[in-house]
Amino acid sequence: MRKQLNICLALLLFTGLASWAQQTPAAKQKEAISITGATAHIGDGTVVENCTIVFEDGKITALGTGVAIKGTSIDATGKHVYPGFIAPAKELGLIEINAVRASKDNDEIGDMIPHVRSLIAYNAESKVVESMRPNGVLMGQITPKGGRISGTSSIVQFDAWNWEDAAVKVDDGIHLNWPASFRRGRWWMGEPKGILPNKKYQEQVGEVKNFLQNAEAYGKVTAKELNPAFAAMQGVFDGSKKLYVYADGEKEIIDAVTMVKKAGVQSVVLVGGYHAYKITDFLKKNNIPVLVQFTHNLPNLDDDDYDLPYKLPKLLMDAGILVALQNGDASNFQTRNLPFYAGQVVGQGMDKEKALQMITGNTAQILGIEATYGTLAVGKSATLFISEGDALDMRTNQLSHAFIDGRNISLETHQTVLWKRYMGKYEGK
Amino acid sequence: MKMRLLSLAIFWCGTALFAQDYFPVNDGVKSKNNNYTAFTNAKIYVTPTQVIESGTLLIQNGKVKQVGSSITVPKNAVIVDAKGYSIYPSFIDIYSKFGVAQPKKSVGGGFGSGSYGPSREGFYWNDHIMPENAAINKFTYDDKKAKELRNIGFGVVNAHIHDGIVRGTGVLVALNGTGTDAQRILDDKSAQYLSFSKSITKKQAYPSSLMGAMALLRQMYADAKWYAQGNVTTKDRSLEALNNNKGLVQIFEAKDKGNALRADKIGDANGVQYAILGGGDEYERIAEIKATGAQFILPLNFPDTYDVSNPYQAAMISLKDMRHWNQAPANPKILADNGVPFSFTLNDLKSPAKFKERLMKAIEYGLPKTKALEALTTVPAAILKKSNRIGSLQTGRDANFLITSGDIFDKKTVLYENWVQGHKNVIADKSLKDIRGNYDLAAGGITYKMAITGELGKPKIEIKQDTNKLKSKISYKNQWLNLSFATDEGAKNYLMTGLVNENSDNIKGRLILPNGNESTFNAIKTSGFTEKKKDTKKAATTPEMVGITYPNVGFGYSTKPKATSILFKNATVWTSEDAGILKNTDVLVKAGKIAKIGQNLSAGRAQVIDASGKHLTAGIVDEHTHIAALAVNEGGQNSSAEVKMEDVVDYEDINIYRQLAGGVTSAQLLHGSANPIGGRSAILKLKWGESPEKMIYDNSPKFIKFALGENVKQSNWGNQTRFPQTRMGVEQLFMNYFQRAKEYDTKKKSGQPYRYDEEMEVIAEILNGERFISCHSYVQSEINMMMKVAEKFNFRVNTFTHILEGYKVADKMKAHGVGAGTFSDWWAYKFEVNDAIPYNAAIMQQQGITVAINSDDAEMARRLNQEAGKTVKYGGMTELEAWKMVTINPAKLLHIDERVGSIKEGKDADLVLWNNHPLSVYAKAEKTLIEGVTYFDLKADEQQREAVKKEKAKLINMMLKEKAGGSKTQAPKMSKKKLMTCESL
Repeated sequence: MRKQLNICLALLLFTGLASWAQQTPAAKQKEAISITGATAHIGDGTVVENCTIVFEDGKITALGTGVAIKGTSIDATGKHVYPGFIAPAKELGLIEINAVRASKDNDEIGDMIPHVRSLIAYNAESKVVESMRPNGVLMGQITPKGGRISGTSSIVQFDAWNWEDAAVKVDDGIHLNWPASFRRGRWWMGEPKGILPNKKYQEQVGEVKNFLQNAEAYGKVTAKELNPAFAAMQGVFDGSKKLYVYADGEKEIIDAVTMVKKAGVQSVVLVGGYHAYKITDFLKKNNIPVLVQFTHNLPNLDDDDYDLPYKLPKLLMDAGILVALQNGDASNFQTRNLPFYAGQVVGQGMDKEKALQMITGNTAQILGIEATYGTLAVGKSATLFISEGDALDMRTNQLSHAFIDGRNISLETHQTVLWKRYMGKYEGK
Repeated sequence: MKMRLLSLAIFWCGTALFAQDYFPVNDGVKSKNNNYTAFTNAKIYVTPTQVIESGTLLIQNGKVKQVGSSITVPKNAVIVDAKGYSIYPSFIDIYSKFGVAQPKKSVGGGFGSGSYGPSREGFYWNDHIMPENAAINKFTYDDKKAKELRNIGFGVVNAHIHDGIVRGTGVLVALNGTGTDAQRILDDKSAQYLSFSKSITKKQAYPSSLMGAMALLRQMYADAKWYAQGNVTTKDRSLEALNNNKGLVQIFEAKDKGNALRADKIGDANGVQYAILGGGDEYERIAEIKATGAQFILPLNFPDTYDVSNPYQAAMISLKDMRHWNQAPANPKILADNGVPFSFTLNDLKSPAKFKERLMKAIEYGLPKTKALEALTTVPAAILKKSNRIGSLQTGRDANFLITSGDIFDKKTVLYENWVQGHKNVIADKSLKDIRGNYDLAAGGITYKMAITGELGKPKIEIKQDTNKLKSKISYKNQWLNLSFATDEGAKNYLMTGLVNENSDNIKGRLILPNGNESTFNAIKTSGFTEKKKDTKKAATTPEMVGITYPNVGFGYSTKPKATSILFKNATVWTSEDAGILKNTDVLVKAGKIAKIGQNLSAGRAQVIDASGKHLTAGIVDEHTHIAALAVNEGGQNSSAEVKMEDVVDYEDINIYRQLAGGVTSAQLLHGSANPIGGRSAILKLKWGESPEKMIYDNSPKFIKFALGENVKQSNWGNQTRFPQTRMGVEQLFMNYFQRAKEYDTKKKSGQPYRYDEEMEVIAEILNGERFISCHSYVQSEINMMMKVAEKFNFRVNTFTHILEGYKVADKMKAHGVGAGTFSDWWAYKFEVNDAIPYNAAIMQQQGITVAINSDDAEMARRLNQEAGKTVKYGGMTELEAWKMVTINPAKLLHIDERVGSIKEGKDADLVLWNNHPLSVYAKAEKTLIEGVTYFDLKADEQQREAVKKEKAKLINMMLKEKAGGSKTQAPKMSKKKLMTCESL
């Protein structure tokens, strides 16, 4: 009874807090905006100095040096313009507070549940989502987690009244957690602590194979009885959805790519890829892009190079693989550090513009939204921001403006409001 | 009725055979055998070092009567000519479970179901302290197990209940299957056993950690003394038993080099010298192990070879584990070389059958045979203080001995007999004649070719008719040979049996023909048996042992790095002092100190490092870490002030090295936040390769962890039965503890007798301003409360750590005089951090509070420079102030700013050379120094990587070779350490 009461209280408190006002979504772009004098980081590896960017009706209409100014102009001399950063494979808006179960909507019951869709649970008013924007993270792939096939993700932008408003690409991909050939010892059952070979690996791979084969066969005829899971899988066979396969080990990656391709999956993305750097030729040959694990990680093995997670993206990119960064394993709030994950690779000798690609142009290409997002180009969405300095370095990542589809979005958050309120208290304002 | 008679008969029989002098006899007449048995002409190991090449061992009534080379054998002696045989004292295992019923784990429960109070009445307050337990009460002689042990040479074992922190007394048993407990039990209170492991039968949550177990033992000894002085009015059977067991040998189960040192330290503080059950890794810290002065009991469970045939799986095994596989068999040798006395135990050996193999391995690795024999005979006897009874064949000792075909540590040697208390146990029939060889077998009119091979007592047979191999069988026992073979594809069977004649090489006997007719067979020996010589090459060389490093894991140093004089030339120097940032400046490091800062300094003999374009800073100080810890929380009680993180420093944690690579040189290893009053901190310098003692600051400032909020009220774990469950309760708990500590301290200072209470001692230190609090805190209400509690008791909280709502009460914090160690941008992971903002550090700093950015996270700790950089973004800190948040500010909070935290002449040379602006995400530490010693160097790291790769490849090759040689293998595994945070239980 006491426990129940506590839960009720927690719920009350929580919903009370959650209903605090969020930043109001910006109105549709009404007039042309021109950003002038900026160092434009295009997101495809190039930079345009002293650049003017003009956008109207949410789209970039002109970009370059000596381009005619239109509408309101923003002087960005000495400043930097970037395409909005994109966070893939993330539970943003599905979890508000990790330790509060009532605020979690990221992991549904069931082992293979591709029909479970993240979009409808996405909280467009999440305070955590809102806190992405002052760091330049303006879009994300909202992704369910857990089980073998976790469900279907959707891509959203981070300034919306509701999930329908937010949606950029609905049901874009299905997420498969590939079995691991190692598992933790169940020490409470007398097994040694630590990591042991997973004797059930082949069996688990067989289950995935069986599921894919059945899903594919199901699509060959018009089903009399709907199988929601099989039905949801059809997109990966006709190429309308991508299959995101989460795997880290060399063996797992080889098994996964070989098997899902053979099963008829059209477009495969590897997520994680801790050991992908050892089999870059294989990945290239199979044309597999990698959403590599973020850099702010410890090495998996005691004897690994201390900086392996820092340089991993570089090792893959240098080998000619299409790479973007994701931080699926981190807490949601960490996602605002996306630019710094990329910056970390620069410290390992990667070119800054290439590092930027891993959170902009490459990400868009991997997610299949490159026609509209990811780089600064005429005809693409004006989803971009202005930073006082280098946005990949925490010291200089200082946003003055951010736009999503040309809408001038607020850079205030629950956190800046508190900051200002208490500074006001101390400064007697 | 019949049954009863039968059992009575057995009973009578038993008493008749083994009657004690004063027992009445009703099944016959009293009779006694006072004859002697004399083993003559034998090679006798009276002790491992006193060997008679050809002598006589005379025994009577289960005792050694005489031993020597010229002994007059009494007339009433049964003489056994033992010419060609060797006689050894039989082996002793003093860490056994033999015959003692071991408790089973209580079923049910699971995480969070622990209880906080004791389950017993009239005993010590902690269930895991059970000195009143006695193995004798759980003892039943187990003849099957005894036989198993006798078969590998053991004659006496000392068994106890392997359960709990104090486990009570053991029982010393002779493996005498012929006698009764009256003869067998040599001592029913042979030693007292202790460990750091809780009882599996008890649910009391405390102690939940290694450091808790250590604190409990310390307190227990203090309480026993207090009890012995008559200060306790109630009955405590545990403490009484403990005091009664005081005179016994005390044996401590450490099972690990570090735990051995931990146990010894507790023993030293309480006037007890433990004998220590080792873990087989003592060789890694041999000097310290030797310094304990303890006798060791060593396991022989050397790791099995890893199966590395699958490279993906092989990659999971750490160099540390691979090395241990290679080095562990040398452990006994290294201990012997260093004069550490040790005995061997079968404990934790999967099967006694492995005993000889493992023992031989230790000898192969260089353990002298004399030492091996001592470890099985005289040393275990000496550890138990029973040398006058067991362990040798000197006059008056129990007649426990082995008769072998020769050197007992030779692979081919046969153990024939194991005599226990004068009773003979045959392991192998030494009178059995060697019949191996080639024969012409005449049977039923045909002569076949017969070859007998294999082991003497377990021969193999091959019978051929011309070149045709026949299906055949052989058995050989008690001089009788049974043979059979079949011709015509099994259709016709020939059966033979015959007694082997002592005086002839040929064998004759009865033959039953396939048609049932009886006949005779005759086997004429044509040639003798020659054993195949296979491993002659292998035996000659000692196996290669790879080098030990400091620490003995990947990236350890083969020699400990030393302090050198270094001149950093033309650096951009971030002083973290009023001097700010000095461009083109030289810094001279000498004798571990910052000797000089200036321009154009002369190098003298110092090594010059061109630092142009680079940045030199003080080493980063992390106010809040949980790396390098074997335990983080003692959550078994709501206060655990008695525990010390200094007790559980894990100097082998690779995260130490990784953090050096991130420029961290000092860190406060904090207790976790599982309870309102946590444990005492360890303030460390991250001296990779040094022992915990050398990593801990000299004259370390005294700190303790306190905690508030969700964790201490167990909001997200636990069974919700421990007080407090609310923030209201947290205040009351603090008030109560401080009040009690105050009263305790007053009593202590008054000179009245008082019960020493380590917990109260520590809390009183806080009240007396000698110990500082680092308090885990989140929301403003609790922060305010903590300061008010402190003020009521006239002290100040030193540091609020986490302090994510510090910005809401920064003015009050300033007034109180407390510092803050916070995260740069963490939030949203639990309910109480909903209002955490990344501007927190800046706001608090602007209100005049000393603010540090800390980690509480092994990963983030290696980028604390970047985390400091975030305060520039969030809240507009100047770069100078931002940098201070990870150097001088945390040093101030930890009261170590006189020594570290800034670049100032005279301070410790704890320095980092960065290739870029240190607050930048692009910066990389190129060199990290502590007290002038370069503990991390980017170039040396490259070499280390190569070395790790090469050594692994070498060890993998060695393992593959072992596997090919038929060695038993184990599946690869990765012994992964758990990463700890505040909340790790």
